[in-house]
Amino acid sequence: MLKLEGISKVYKVGAFGGAALPAVRDVSFEVAPGEVVSLIGESGSGKTTIGRMILRLSPITEGKIIFNGVDISTLRRRKLKGYYRHVQGVFQDPFSSYNPIFKADHIFATIKDAFFPGVSGHEWQHRLDASLEAVGLNPAEVLGKFPHQLSGGQLQRLLVARALLLEIEILVADEIISMLDASTRIDVLNLLADLKERGLGIVFITHDLSLGNYISDKTVILRHGAIVEMGATERVFGDPRHPYTRMLLASVPQLHAKWAEIEPEPDLPEAEQGETPRLVEIGDDHYVASI
Amino acid sequence: MSLAVNDLKVYYRTLAGDVQALDGVTFSVADGEIMGLAGESGCGKSTLGKSLIRFDTRMRYVSGHVELDGAELPVWDSEAMNPFRFKQVSLIPQYAMSALNPTRKIGRMTKELLRSRGMGSNGAMSELSRRLELVGLSDDVLDMYPIELSGGMKQRTVMVISTLLDPSLLIADEITSALDVSTQKAVAETLVGFRDRGFVKSMIVITHDLSILHQIADSILVMYAGQLAEKAPTETIVNSPRHPYTRLLISSLPEVGVRYAEKKLAGIAGRPPPLLHPPRGCRFAARCPLAAAMCAQEPPFKEVEPGHLVACWKADGC
Repeated sequence: MLKLEGISKVYKVGAFGGAALPAVRDVSFEVAPGEVVSLIGESGSGKTTIGRMILRLSPITEGKIIFNGVDISTLRRRKLKGYYRHVQGVFQDPFSSYNPIFKADHIFATIKDAFFPGVSGHEWQHRLDASLEAVGLNPAEVLGKFPHQLSGGQLQRLLVARALLLEIEILVADEIISMLDASTRIDVLNLLADLKERGLGIVFITHDLSLGNYISDKTVILRHGAIVEMGATERVFGDPRHPYTRMLLASVPQLHAKWAEIEPEPDLPEAEQGETPRLVEIGDDHYVASI
Repeated sequence: MSLAVNDLKVYYRTLAGDVQALDGVTFSVADGEIMGLAGESGCGKSTLGKSLIRFDTRMRYVSGHVELDGAELPVWDSEAMNPFRFKQVSLIPQYAMSALNPTRKIGRMTKELLRSRGMGSNGAMSELSRRLELVGLSDDVLDMYPIELSGGMKQRTVMVISTLLDPSLLIADEITSALDVSTQKAVAETLVGFRDRGFVKSMIVITHDLSILHQIADSILVMYAGQLAEKAPTETIVNSPRHPYTRLLISSLPEVGVRYAEKKLAGIAGRPPPLLHPPRGCRFAARCPLAAAMCAQEPPFKEVEPGHLVACWKADGC
């Protein structure tokens, strides 16, 4: 459904944009309906940039993003709006995603004005209730409130409900639960899993390996903008082949094993900046960058 | 006994009334102990950390005593706390990035800091270079501006500077939350190293991440809605918690190896109560699966086995 073909992003930095900073290097993967793909990486790995390129928030330097057979990089005006009917994003900080001056349900009004001006008020209320129910919110509790009166988990779920009002097929979830408390985190995560079962494709961007492991079907591990390991989640986590993936897994704090008990990985050589590592297929749906 | 806190109450002044952010907290931290302080946002864990070193302007001291190495800490009096800060009690703030003065090089900033405490900088500066080396930073850092350092480097620099005078108590407030997993591990292990080398006597590590505490803390104190819920050695909290809140919190943690398809985790329904007018009795009762009539009375924070304290009426029976 959504296909990234060798996309790259180079930022121009320096006084006159003279220096080039590659943020994403030759990344390709696909998202099928009802599939959760995790993009996992540390800061500076390019995971957010990939999400922004899918959402057309930053232009692509090289490569193509194909959505249902259409190259999205050239979409303009009405066609771009049509694309946003199907592809939406939710971001990290729920409190800065809202305008504090308006009530939180203002985000629904903007959707109605932009996409469904012809729908009657009664019908709209009906759809809104259905959408709120789908994200597990009680309309009476959240409508008519200001953002500061709601919890982070409620605000994030409202944003997902907003996306569901459209005929959404792909949701880009960029660190959407990093700022939530442990007790509400898992509820939002379970919500994403429910949506996936209804056929939504989700690009789940996170730095937290345990969250990625919990919900995703496919895992893409990124380092310095390039893929180091990619494949079915149980293969990447169960049989990590790249030393970087193994190092990340060994660093995750866990409740059933102490760091001291885990064999430390030898230090990794810093990846050379210029060259993009080539992916090699080492098993069924399991790709590893050559070291 | 390095630190002893007795029935500390600290409220926030607001236009609507007092927010009871810290409502009668009693605990102690032994010499050489790393105590983890865990809880959801708004449970009062940062307020507790702050009240041991510096009240911000909205905070109001209500009652209670804090004793450090046998001497009373005058936490309610900002002036009188001055001789203790940095020398006896030190803090690593959550955002190391904004804790450093952006217009000063690290070395000059540290010298100014030492001078403000009435200390000469010669001995301390060579000690500073030695300790920077211990955390894997070279001397060159002293000649750099904060903007030239990465997030993890800044965090480690701040850690070294805050512990330069060998404080008795170090408070680390959410210092690993903004870091990547590999940096997180390095920073957490540095904390343990500081304790092992005797740079600090005891430590309070504030975080919402129980799995980090499991790695580094000796004991864990769980807070809920401004009060203590449970305190026990780390292994006990993780493996046999008694308070229903601690149990739910631990069971809601996704771990590497747990997958949605195989085992669906559940969160804790509801929200923490508003602390402007907290409910009577047990504050967790509204979200608690075990709540019963007796929970309308406030449960005492009592010892159920040596070193294991729980504030729950049902701590014995389940």
